[in-house]
Amino acid sequence: MSAHEYVVRTKGLVKIYTMGDEVLRALNGVDLDIRRGEYISIMGPSGSGKSTLFNAIGGMDRPDEGSVFINDVDMAQLDARELAYLRCHTIGYIFQTFNLIPVMTALENVTLPTVFAGISTDEGIERGMDHHRPSQLSGGQQQRVAIARALANNPSIILADEPTGNLDLKTGEEIIELLRQLNRDHGVTVISATHDYKMVNVSDRVVWIRDGVIAKIEERANIDLQIGQMHGGDF
Amino acid sequence: MSARQPVKPSDTKGGIQKQIQLPFKKAWQISLQGIRIRWMRSLITASGIFLGIAFFSFVRTAGLFPVDMSDKEAVAAANRQSWLAIMALLVCFVGIMNAMLMSVTERFKEIGTMKCLGALDNFVVKLFFIEAGLMGTLASLFGWVLGWLIMVLLHLATKGIEGMATSFWAGSLRELVLSVAIGVVITLLAAVPPARRAAKMPPVAALRSEI
Ligand SMILES: Nc1ncnc2c1ncn2[C@@H]1O[C@H](COP(=O)(O)OP(=O)(O)OP(=O)(O)O)[C@@H](O)[C@H]1O
Ligand SMILES: [Mg+2]
Repeated sequence: MSAHEYVVRTKGLVKIYTMGDEVLRALNGVDLDIRRGEYISIMGPSGSGKSTLFNAIGGMDRPDEGSVFINDVDMAQLDARELAYLRCHTIGYIFQTFNLIPVMTALENVTLPTVFAGISTDEGIERGMDHHRPSQLSGGQQQRVAIARALANNPSIILADEPTGNLDLKTGEEIIELLRQLNRDHGVTVISATHDYKMVNVSDRVVWIRDGVIAKIEERANIDLQIGQMHGGDF
Repeated sequence: MSARQPVKPSDTKGGIQKQIQLPFKKAWQISLQGIRIRWMRSLITASGIFLGIAFFSFVRTAGLFPVDMSDKEAVAAANRQSWLAIMALLVCFVGIMNAMLMSVTERFKEIGTMKCLGALDNFVVKLFFIEAGLMGTLASLFGWVLGWLIMVLLHLATKGIEGMATSFWAGSLRELVLSVAIGVVITLLAAVPPARRAAKMPPVAALRSEI
């Protein structure tokens, strides 16, 4: 049953940026079907449109043409409050720059999505032990808090735009491992735009983007072979 | 293939409902915390209204003392001061609006992130109005006290206790209420453009890296 098989599908996505006379088709007809429970990496050179695709899937930005379906619901048909509900309940966002709310403690950050969902209990905050503010945490710690926050409302999709981009090698590996565990153990679909080849190792599929179109999609089975090549490559 | 399903009005669109409106209390808590932790910035924003109301109160308190109507010079000076006070309020209106617009610009990432986490536009609007209301109230209160104190001390130094009858104290109380009301209204009005800009901030602002 297709209704249960795919969490995300995009049809003919086009996103156009105009700057002066210049017209840039940051996405130029992207069709992508993502199965429930998949771990997907979106890779491609800088400026290829990874973040633009990510924004369209996450309902953060409306495409100029085409549609995004989340659980078979066309996002274009949702009004502002329904979109907010979707962002709050169905999607968890992870950012390269962590994006913890600086005036809140780590714990308050984690529970913020439940506040927006209207299901938070104040006592959770009172009893919480972690009263550190984000600025007192290391990058890796901040990203862990951000991941916990993304999971707060039990989303079916985790969208991560370069989650390891601001982390050192080892911490980046730990974050990737954490995402993989969440994907395996809780069945949450992980979609991650990344430059990080360590991400490829854990992905079910890798979507390669170039100039706003999907250049190729590789299944996990074919990926292992190529890792060796890539290490010697110019990436 | 048609993934687009016929829209059934009663259907909840695959379980998607309308996001709930948060109670005022939540917005209040979050605003208060924001002011507390960003107190330096709050202080800068509030200083505009504080000084404006202090000057306004200074001039209005002077008006509470009996003026010698035969002294043309003194009457003209009092009038001029009233106009100055109104100009001061206008300047502080623009100043506080600027300060708040700047704080919206500083917080684009935070606002975008909140939207990604499910915040509605009008929740963001509430945050900014509560902040403005709180800062307006406190700054006007203290501003009034400062202007009043300076005027009263000046008066005591030059003319002594003369003219500080019951009517002066009653007038002071009236002026206090008036000044705080004016201060709060000015701050809230000045918060309209910043709050709108913040509410319109798209969720994708969370990803922007430039300042
Ligand atoms: N708001 C915008 N206005 C104009 N052009 C934009 C905007 N956002 C992105 N672009 C352009 O669209 C193209 C795709 O950008 P996008 O951010 O999706 O790339 P990316 O693959 O995520 O790159 P990176 O790996 O550097 O993050 C780029 O050429 C970029 O300059
Ligand atoms: Mg990007």
